[in-house]
Amino acid sequence: MAPVSIDNGLMVAWALFVLGFIGVLVRRDLVFVLMSIEVMLNAAGLAFILAGAKWGKPDGQVMFIFILATAAAEVALGLGLVLRFHHKFKTLDTDAASKMRG
Amino acid sequence: MENLFFLIPALPILGFIALALFGRRMSAGAIRTMGVGSIGFSLLCALASAGQFLNAFQAGRPWVQTLWQWFAVPGLAVSVSLKLDSLSLIMALVVVFVSFLIHVYSAWYMDGDEEYGRFFAWMNLFTGAMLTLVLAGDILLLYLGWEGVGLCSYLLIGFWYKEPANARAAIKAFIVTRVGDTAFLIGLFLIALKTGTLDIAQASTSIGAMKASGLPTLIAMLLLGGAVGKSAQLPLQTWLPDAMAGPTPVSALIHAATMVTAGVYLIARMNAFFVLSPVAMEAVAAIGALTLFLAAVSALFQTDIKRMLAYSTMSQIGYMFLGLGVGAWSASLFHFMTHAFFKALLFMSAGVIIKAMHEEHDIFKIRKKLLSGTAFPVPPIAFWSFLTGGAALAALPFITSGAYSKDMIISGAWTSGHVWVWALALAGSFLTGLYTFRVFFTVFAGTGQSVYSFGGKRNLLVLIPLAVLSVFSVVAGYIKSNIIPFLGMVLPAVAPVKGEPFIVYIAPMLLPLIGIALAWLLYSPRAKATALKAWAEAAPLSGFFLRGWDFDRLYDFLIIRPYKFAGRLIQTDPVDLIYSLIAVISGLFHFVLGTSQTGKIRLYAALIGIGTAIIITWAVLF
Repeated sequence: MAPVSIDNGLMVAWALFVLGFIGVLVRRDLVFVLMSIEVMLNAAGLAFILAGAKWGKPDGQVMFIFILATAAAEVALGLGLVLRFHHKFKTLDTDAASKMRG
Repeated sequence: MENLFFLIPALPILGFIALALFGRRMSAGAIRTMGVGSIGFSLLCALASAGQFLNAFQAGRPWVQTLWQWFAVPGLAVSVSLKLDSLSLIMALVVVFVSFLIHVYSAWYMDGDEEYGRFFAWMNLFTGAMLTLVLAGDILLLYLGWEGVGLCSYLLIGFWYKEPANARAAIKAFIVTRVGDTAFLIGLFLIALKTGTLDIAQASTSIGAMKASGLPTLIAMLLLGGAVGKSAQLPLQTWLPDAMAGPTPVSALIHAATMVTAGVYLIARMNAFFVLSPVAMEAVAAIGALTLFLAAVSALFQTDIKRMLAYSTMSQIGYMFLGLGVGAWSASLFHFMTHAFFKALLFMSAGVIIKAMHEEHDIFKIRKKLLSGTAFPVPPIAFWSFLTGGAALAALPFITSGAYSKDMIISGAWTSGHVWVWALALAGSFLTGLYTFRVFFTVFAGTGQSVYSFGGKRNLLVLIPLAVLSVFSVVAGYIKSNIIPFLGMVLPAVAPVKGEPFIVYIAPMLLPLIGIALAWLLYSPRAKATALKAWAEAAPLSGFFLRGWDFDRLYDFLIIRPYKFAGRLIQTDPVDLIYSLIAVISGLFHFVLGTSQTGKIRLYAALIGIGTAIIITWAVLF
């Protein structure tokens, strides 16, 4: 298998990131928003892996481990918030929580 | 009595306090007794003081009574002190005597007015303030009386305040005199600053040491400014004709006894400052001469009987100023005295006529009413007292008091070498005869005299003041040889620089007669010179003179309009524009940031994305 060129890999990371960002913008459902953020995090992680492979250094993989850990923590907190949100508003629409204009 | 003459001003002020506090609950009779009585007792005190003063007379020694210390600060101690000398004695006697008669007359004139008590309260305060002014031994106390007089004139001119024109006239009188008062106040500060005292005698002594500097001239001019405002002289004369809006007794009190003569008294009292300054003396003489001429011409064209009298007052005060300016000090004060008698008499008889004609002021309409017999008959006392007062005003030689005093002033103008001032005074004396008897003939000649009947009660209240003043208007001239040396003890004398040829001596006696004769030719029922009269009344300038040489319009153009224009300019506070601009910009930012804060999480995400894109683009491109 021929090695993946860095340009193509970055294109994939970029496409993933944009897809995730569009997901954050267009989905109202809080669960999907969290999932889109996960996609964006993974896009960033992919970019780190590619950069690490390009320079032949382990730093990119280290950073990916960090991102995974952060994402796991975020999901743990985020799902908890989603439950409270649903309990309070009886919906998962993010716009429902705009009363304080915060 | 040496220590009791403070009662002269104190009694009217006490009367004012009593009437102001309890006037609403008192009956008309009680108000009348209180209002007239307080002045009556004050008159008795003045007469007793005068008797004692003349008895214990040592040349030039004034009685000084210090009542209490007003205040003392380092460098200046002001005490409330009264001073009686020949000048203030004569002045106070005339003021309280004429005021008393006017109060008696007011009791009749204002009878039935719903605010009888208020009227007498103000009248008493007016008299009290004037007596304070006259008897003050301290410039600050004099100023207190001065302002009191100004305040009361405002209150009394606007006594019938429900008529907007009256209220306007009152405000005008107050504001115009305030211009002069400000000058006086600055002069007072200068005296306090430079001499360190406000006692009149001490200040007069210490100013003598500063003769070489310009200070006496400056102070004298400032005092003159005050006197000009209060005495309705050029250029602050415009308030006086409008002040006729007040009840007739008020006009009599303002124009005969009290307010307008305050300026003359101020100059006479502060003579030490004026004799040091030839410039100020010339200014006084010039102002007097111009005012007397201007006012006399205006009086000639008035149709309102009270406005005619107002202009004649202005003109006579002009004579007094002229006399002060040319150094005929005693003659001026003597003219003040005779003028107080005959002008009060004229106003009161005019009041009788006006009341009989149901508040008709226009002399031609009065004549019509008299001819058609639709009005109350005019009582003979009004006829005789108007005639006596008019003769004295016109200075009919030998028999009337006005002639003695006025001729002294005119000859003083000649002998001191002021030829053009003298010429104006002579012209004024001709015009005085003409305008006075124009009114007299218009109202009385050929209209017939009816039986004595007022259509009212308390006739004695009118008869006595008119009769007494008629007598005084005639006999006051005969005490000339006594009163001139008496006044000369406190007033400086000026040596004549010029002899008096016969023609100069006889001219002021002849000119009023010529004026009266001309008035007869023009205005008697069998008038010969009707063509001339018609020409004079249709003359293009008659409206100009009727409005008093259009000074009101001039001031409107020069002062009021620019003031209003400036007011409109700064109405919107241009300086504040900078600060309001800052506020507007902050408001704009507030609006933008406030609207963007929606609470919609997806908008925030989009904005973060756009912002990041912009920053990255920026970083890559530049």
